Amino acid sequence: MTKNKQEHSGVWILAEQSDGQVQRISYELLTRGRDLADKRSTDLTAMIFGSDINAEDLQELIDCGADRVITMEAAALRHFLVEPYAACMLKIIEDYRPEIIIAGATSTGRTLMPYVAIKAHAGLTADCTVLDIEEDTGNLLQTRPAIGGNILATIKTPQHRPQMATVRPRSTKPAIKQDSRVGEIIRLKAPAECLASRINRVDFIPDESEHGLQEADVVVAVGRGIKKGENLSLTEPLCGSLEAALGATRDVVDRDWLSYPHQIGLSGKTVNPKLYLAFGISGTIQHLAGMQTSETIVAVNTDPDAQIFNVADFGIVGDLFEVLPVLTERINKIRNSQ
Amino acid sequence: MRIIVPIKQVPETNAVRMDSKTGTMIRDGVEAIINPLDLYAIEIAIQLRQEHGGEVIAVSMGPAKAIAALREAIAMGCDSAVLLSDKAFAGADTWATSYVLAKAIEHMGDYDLIICGERATDGDTGQVGPGIASFLDLPVASYIGKVEQVSNKTCRLHRLVEDGHEVLDVELPAVLTMVKEVADPRLPTLRGKQRAKKVDIPVWTANDIDADADKLGLAGSPTRVVKIFRPQVARQCEKIVAMDESDIEQAVDKLVMFLQRKELI
Repeated sequence: MTKNKQEHSGVWILAEQSDGQVQRISYELLTRGRDLADKRSTDLTAMIFGSDINAEDLQELIDCGADRVITMEAAALRHFLVEPYAACMLKIIEDYRPEIIIAGATSTGRTLMPYVAIKAHAGLTADCTVLDIEEDTGNLLQTRPAIGGNILATIKTPQHRPQMATVRPRSTKPAIKQDSRVGEIIRLKAPAECLASRINRVDFIPDESEHGLQEADVVVAVGRGIKKGENLSLTEPLCGSLEAALGATRDVVDRDWLSYPHQIGLSGKTVNPKLYLAFGISGTIQHLAGMQTSETIVAVNTDPDAQIFNVADFGIVGDLFEVLPVLTERINKIRNSQ
Repeated sequence: MRIIVPIKQVPETNAVRMDSKTGTMIRDGVEAIINPLDLYAIEIAIQLRQEHGGEVIAVSMGPAKAIAALREAIAMGCDSAVLLSDKAFAGADTWATSYVLAKAIEHMGDYDLIICGERATDGDTGQVGPGIASFLDLPVASYIGKVEQVSNKTCRLHRLVEDGHEVLDVELPAVLTMVKEVADPRLPTLRGKQRAKKVDIPVWTANDIDADADKLGLAGSPTRVVKIFRPQVARQCEKIVAMDESDIEQAVDKLVMFLQRKELI
């Protein structure tokens, strides 16, 4: 299906659902997809796999930027299972020949997209931070951190179609509803021959300790500058008075000072809070990829050349062990007087 | 139980530094190591062999020097290893890499499990594990944080997803990709190291694995890197140097005023 490049057209996103409810990542992908479709002067289609997907949610995909929604539904598609999802997506690729497919770099997207890209002989780029259309050729330009996150690389797929990419969750704002948008919703029954699975989902155990790193308005994050795990207690009063979630760099998690769910960066979570306070973080691209879209960034680091200052709005070149207590005290004072 | 573990040799990424004047990577003194996340795959494979018997085979695609990573895998306890090395493999993206690994695994004969690390720390794509599964038409269970109840027909796994973990029953043969939570990788033993030094590691080329020439390396890769660059300075930073106590008091005062102006506190 890669021979005739011209037969492929349209920008597609992979929307995700959980228990029939469309998930936030879908609206983030609409933001990306709408921009690409407009630049390419083409339509935006959202495809979604599931079972009994909420009809209002499907309409909301239209209201938020899709020109068309195509569902494939069956009881076997209720939860993500790689084989039936891939078979359905390949069926859609065969029938509709999309030019571009973007999905979230979620546990679903990062498993499904490579599985499909192999069979479709498509180009796939993981964890893109910027997507654009090349002017002369109309090719999708995919930019992502590379080599351990120290540099950025722009990648394209010159000949093969579709062009596929995953993008980091929360690396862009979800699309918002616009008045009087119209679009088509096509609800397809998934073909029976697409539904076989050698994986059976027997149970689901929800996380108990949800500390809401990605939902928090304020994130206090620490890097190797915190020196040892015990020093993390220094951040507690500040987190308390700012109602902040605690995040960390890969270095800190690799040293077991904090658990993996706290990790922010390319190999951890992406956050975009109103305020990001970085203490003792040098700012590798690996880390920046997970936090640089924060609205306001404050950095404290002893190294005046630390890269973190390049993305910060306010920086203090100084020792976090001296700055942190003073800042905590000042903020507490303000909070108490309010 | 026959288990195949695809591994990758990567630069020790924490050691990669950028030259701030030229914007290029400083490669001097950067060591090549076994991808740290592959160690979890090796550990689980060895545990399963200890429990069920059989053998663990490490396989890697890379230049001749990648043999060092395979020797390390043997030092940890893998039984044997194969290096896939051919000029034609150079410049492969994840599609062409998955193809070569899948062809080599096909060439190895029967197997029960293919166990991978969740991703490599240099490319950070996590695409090759599912890619191998797709080429071999096998089920893939990614982000595995716990392996339990393995028989020669199925295994029960915990797959870590955004809001919890799924419990999955997977028919074998299958491809699994492991996350850090799954186990603590063992260190190589002295005996293992001695064995690793002596063991013969065959090197297979494209011919040995019956690979199609047009699916190899850069030529067989759908994607192309068009540009590599350093990120631009994104924001204007108000930066205050605070070296002593009174500096710090003043700097924090300014920071507090800044935050109040932005209505953040």
